[in-house]
Amino acid sequence: MSAVTVRYGRREAVRGVSLVAEPGRVLAVIGANGSGKTSLLRAAAGLVPHGGGLTWDGAATAPSGAVGYMPQDNAARAALSVFEVVLLGRLRSLAWRVVATDLAAAEAAMTEVGIAGFADRPIGELSGGQRQLAFLAQVLAGDPRVLLLDEPTSALDVSHQLQVLGLLRAATLRRGLTTIAVLHDLNAAARFADEVAVMRDGALIGLGPPGAVLTAALLRDAFNVEAAISLGPDDRPVVVPLAVARGG
Amino acid sequence: MSAVAAWRADNARRMATSGLAMVALAASFAADVVTGPALLPIGDVLRTLAGRGDDPMMAAIVVQLRLPIALMAAVVGASLGVSGAVMQTILANPLASSYTLGISAGAGFGAALMILLGGVLPFGDMWTIPLGAFAFAGIACGLVAGVGQLRGATPELLVLAGIACLFLFQALLSLLQFLASPEALQMIVFWLFGSLLRSSYPKVAVVAVVLALVLPVLLRDAWKFTALQMGDDRARGLGVAVGKLRLRAFVAVSLLTGAAVAFVGTIGFVGLVAPHVARGLVGEDQRHLLPASAVLGALLLSAASVVSKLVLPGTVFPIGIVTALIGVPFFAWLVLRGARR
Repeated sequence: MSAVTVRYGRREAVRGVSLVAEPGRVLAVIGANGSGKTSLLRAAAGLVPHGGGLTWDGAATAPSGAVGYMPQDNAARAALSVFEVVLLGRLRSLAWRVVATDLAAAEAAMTEVGIAGFADRPIGELSGGQRQLAFLAQVLAGDPRVLLLDEPTSALDVSHQLQVLGLLRAATLRRGLTTIAVLHDLNAAARFADEVAVMRDGALIGLGPPGAVLTAALLRDAFNVEAAISLGPDDRPVVVPLAVARGG
Repeated sequence: MSAVAAWRADNARRMATSGLAMVALAASFAADVVTGPALLPIGDVLRTLAGRGDDPMMAAIVVQLRLPIALMAAVVGASLGVSGAVMQTILANPLASSYTLGISAGAGFGAALMILLGGVLPFGDMWTIPLGAFAFAGIACGLVAGVGQLRGATPELLVLAGIACLFLFQALLSLLQFLASPEALQMIVFWLFGSLLRSSYPKVAVVAVVLALVLPVLLRDAWKFTALQMGDDRARGLGVAVGKLRLRAFVAVSLLTGAAVAFVGTIGFVGLVAPHVARGLVGEDQRHLLPASAVLGALLLSAASVVSKLVLPGTVFPIGIVTALIGVPFFAWLVLRGARR
């Protein structure tokens, strides 16, 4: 992405963000509420008009179906079974008579995510965590090359958070995906991302490996908080937010 | 059992359910032909249908009066059922139907306008009234669809636009009724009741042809409609051009509703109830839901047609009143049952 800009009316939600995301790596986007993370992701997914350039392997447009996008809202009103929801990940190739390749891809994605056990349950009856796994299986079923996830873990309990993020990492490595995830949990970003992008007021103010980016100074800048940062068991930073910074 | 096998079994069960509904429709259709103000023996009616009757009077009643009415009930019910299902899907609202979103009200206004102009225009009422109804159903639908093309339009906004449309056309209709002569007023009121009695083979043919042309187009988008059930954003992420899909669906709905309502008047509740029942029976995979909504809509209106002849023996009750009187308690039961779960 180079100098990507998103406007809503007169307001500029994303201002000239440039970054490169690579295959097999997870890029976490963090920043305060309203800092433009979601808008950046939606621009990348082609859901909102944007200025600036997006290139995919040098091409101006992503091949059809190459981008899997998972929105933040994971409410499910529809009376669809988990299997049907996952199968819809194959929407681009689904025909009236569903062919074996689509069925197999859906089944494989469910197994990959570990939800094969409740394939025939209605999606609305699942817990928030299980539902998020089902939606993750849905995007994976489409065999994307780029995965864009908007706060995939915000509504989940700790164990589902770890489960979803672990699956994301594993899928990113195994499938060679280019994964960009908007995350609210700084420690989740620190543990699971290869690179962290920090946004404030629509602009990128930091980009690099978690250890380099997650510093007290930058967090004060981005979130207006004082934080203590130490090293965790795997040499990745652990962030303990302490207080709202004064005079911010 | 693997997930795929279970899903296949589920699909087979859904097809069987729709098949059963078709059998029920066939039975209701037969009952519709057999019953009527003239109490004809069932055996004679069947003999006449088979072309082996020898009573010309009987043949006239069965072939010229009852058969078109029974056919009309089925095709209009199917059209309203499908259009209701599509509306509920594209607006993500279980209360959406051509009736609740002002499309029927538009049709009513169009019909009333033609009735008032009846003395002025040089054509006969038989086709001008349906044409007026059809045109204004399209205009009402166009108004709602137009709002949908605005940037950032959400399903909620569309529903609000539909309700605004309903009030607008009801007000315009009241205005026409206020201005109408007593004779014209009576015609308008009767039209609004909704009635199958004006059915004829050419009219049945028009509605049937529209249904036969529009339904396959809708079915081609079945998977996209199913994806839309998960919200606009997720559907877009899966590759659905949501705005275009909605626009296509609105055109289809206005054709279906316009053609159906034009000939029989405003018939409420079929478009609301049939998709609800269908959803309960076959789920939300639109490959099953759309056909099932058609069959159940046809069944509902056909059954209502039978009831309309049995309420007061010797007379035919206006069917629009019957569908609402059956529909309301049934709907209340459905909603309450859903709330208890």
